[in-house]
Amino acid sequence: MALILNEEQQSLKDIAKEFLQKNAPVTHFREIRDTQNELGYDKSLWSEMVNLGWSGILIPEEYGGFDFGMVGMGSIFEEMGRTLTPSPLFSTGVLGATLITLGGDDKQKQNYLPRIVDGSLTTALALEEGNRHSPFSISTKATKAGNDYKISGEKTFVIDGHCSNLIVVAARTEGSDDDASGISLFLVEADTDGIEITKTSMVDSRNSANIKFNKITVSSSNLLGEENNGAAILEEVLDRAQIAISAEMLGNASQAFDVTLDYLKERKQFGSVIGTFQALQHRAAEMYSELELTKSSVIAACNAVDENSNDLKRMASLAKYKAGETNHLVTNEAVQMHGGVGVTDEYDVGLYLKRARVTEQIFGNSEFHLDRYATLSEY
Amino acid sequence: MTDLQTFREETRNWLEANCPQEMRKPGDVAWGGRNAQFSHPDQKIWLERMGEKGWTCPTWPSEYGGGGLSKEENKILQEEMGAIGARSPLGSFGIWMLGPALLEFADEEQKKEHLPPIVKGEVWWCQGYSEPGSGSDLASLSTKAVEDGDNYVINGQKIWTSYADKADKIFCLVRTGPQEPKHDGISFLLIDMDQPGVTTRPITLISGKSPFCETFFDDAKAPTKDLVGGLNKGWTVAKRLLEHERTMISAMGLSGGGDGSKKTKSGLAEIGKKYVGIDADQKISDKALRRKVAMHDLNSRAFGLTMQRVGEETKVGAPSPAAAMGKYYGTEHNKLRYELMLEAMGTQGVGWDGEGFSIEELAITRDWLRTKANSIEGGTSEVQLNVISKRVLGLPDK
Repeated sequence: MALILNEEQQSLKDIAKEFLQKNAPVTHFREIRDTQNELGYDKSLWSEMVNLGWSGILIPEEYGGFDFGMVGMGSIFEEMGRTLTPSPLFSTGVLGATLITLGGDDKQKQNYLPRIVDGSLTTALALEEGNRHSPFSISTKATKAGNDYKISGEKTFVIDGHCSNLIVVAARTEGSDDDASGISLFLVEADTDGIEITKTSMVDSRNSANIKFNKITVSSSNLLGEENNGAAILEEVLDRAQIAISAEMLGNASQAFDVTLDYLKERKQFGSVIGTFQALQHRAAEMYSELELTKSSVIAACNAVDENSNDLKRMASLAKYKAGETNHLVTNEAVQMHGGVGVTDEYDVGLYLKRARVTEQIFGNSEFHLDRYATLSEY
Repeated sequence: MTDLQTFREETRNWLEANCPQEMRKPGDVAWGGRNAQFSHPDQKIWLERMGEKGWTCPTWPSEYGGGGLSKEENKILQEEMGAIGARSPLGSFGIWMLGPALLEFADEEQKKEHLPPIVKGEVWWCQGYSEPGSGSDLASLSTKAVEDGDNYVINGQKIWTSYADKADKIFCLVRTGPQEPKHDGISFLLIDMDQPGVTTRPITLISGKSPFCETFFDDAKAPTKDLVGGLNKGWTVAKRLLEHERTMISAMGLSGGGDGSKKTKSGLAEIGKKYVGIDADQKISDKALRRKVAMHDLNSRAFGLTMQRVGEETKVGAPSPAAAMGKYYGTEHNKLRYELMLEAMGTQGVGWDGEGFSIEELAITRDWLRTKANSIEGGTSEVQLNVISKRVLGLPDK
């Protein structure tokens, strides 16, 4: 396993960096936020990302995708973490793309995947029901009614839930609320009667929604994968999603750190730049060490996806754990080391702090993944 | 077949024919030297065969007795040795610390004289850096070397000289320019230990014993030709050598921490289960300890991957600026590992010797005490953080 990028991957990363810094720097995010853009991202920027092929990176070539792999996708997410770029790439290019690629039948793949690649379809995953990630705690019910299912229940923290054409809903077709078995996945058009979507305003000003399903009717041909076996697909998808979001968190932490390091070298107090103070130097050096460890964990986890490693689950938890811990530490320190200006809206560090805390919540925080890693390691 | 495939095949065959069966089992590693001691006759044979081939120092140039292997070839050699469980043929500060510095700073004559005996394990080297008054502030050292004809005359005291009581020679930082600013009056000098002016005294550590000594110089002599890197230019050599030392010590953190594979994962989780017990789900019953074990395992893995990545990023023999990070993190991490073992073991973890404790328990306790020195020797953790701040992050001094 190589832990450095090959030529192709490096070139994709360089292109992503250049594109994002030019077209979607932090000022772009601020504009979306301050104009209270209903969509939560810029459509023309998204179509440029689509033109660069990003939405099809994880989609097989036979469905029009580029099958470029998770190392490539991770590089893009890392760069988007640096620029705080809002886009549906996570909900569509990672969640939707892998849900349908890994769980769909050929007809579903033919129907949806090319539209993800060409940017005409955006997707969301309606999974969580509580305030803490618990993938199999599902009480949303789907009951068979002839050739259809009736789905009722409430979902929360659905990323891009208010602006997607297609919602993948995890619902219970059997068993009790915390069972892994008995969960089924459904492909639901967002404009289906009986769906109530409420956009939630999060601290990071990024997209999230609560969704209520009031006895909506879904055809059984929209079942993704086998009935009652949704958990297996979900687990594989969540591993990939955790790794992609970890890459974004690595970028978020790296940028917050770089900005802080620059500040330490220019801000003067007591007649010297504050970066000469050992109390700050040592904390900076510790953050550097944690960032190095996080970088290795993320790229190794991306590799684990591409190499189909049988240790993928633990690697996903490693990446999300390290990214969560490091991003938490670095964004807190970034604000503190900036002093007064660190808590102003004018400076960017606060934006990284806010984004850090929301990404920690996405598909399990560090504590969740500690526990998962120990369980997977049989202790 | 590619060249590397051919090399792999040849290496495999050579090892098969030349590595004695006894050396394919775990056990102690020979340190060589003029009065070399071998715990098994095969240790001697193994050292001689590997030394002859230069594979004790695989990537050193063959003109100085090394193996002359490329980074890729060396990787293959290590893999093939690993595959048959071959023991390292030789432990040596000459290999890990002095040799790389000589390759970079010594003149041709010095390289020809000193490198081949390191490769063959004929000379046991030790390191004379710290002094009682010069620990973290190493550059304040005061052991003096005064020129007298073809020799330097050395007076002073070194401390923490590992294996000084067994070593044949010492690479030493000495003050040759008492009037110069402190960093500019230091030279790097090679001194023979086998002379009346050099005496050593072992130091007992909190773990009960140790390889460390004090070394005293009373009008000891060293030929002027054995000064490496130029008069008063020793600090440059010293700093580079410290980077090699840090790489060596951070590798110890790694071997203690493990790469997350089944084999090295053991230790902590197994000790936790054994001493604390398991619940109905086979999990460590003390939830707080289980959480700490998991955290440690995750960080072990992240650290192991980082050392691997740094290895991929750097060229053969070139110490990376990340070495300070490796030394800092690796040693702190290793200390934590032993603290967690003791936490799990309870009173069985704090026995000193004798009845009531198993050999393994006593070994863990002694090792726990020994790890306390890891974050002090070779530059304290605080010094490593200084190095990262200044050399890696570019934070200013003033």
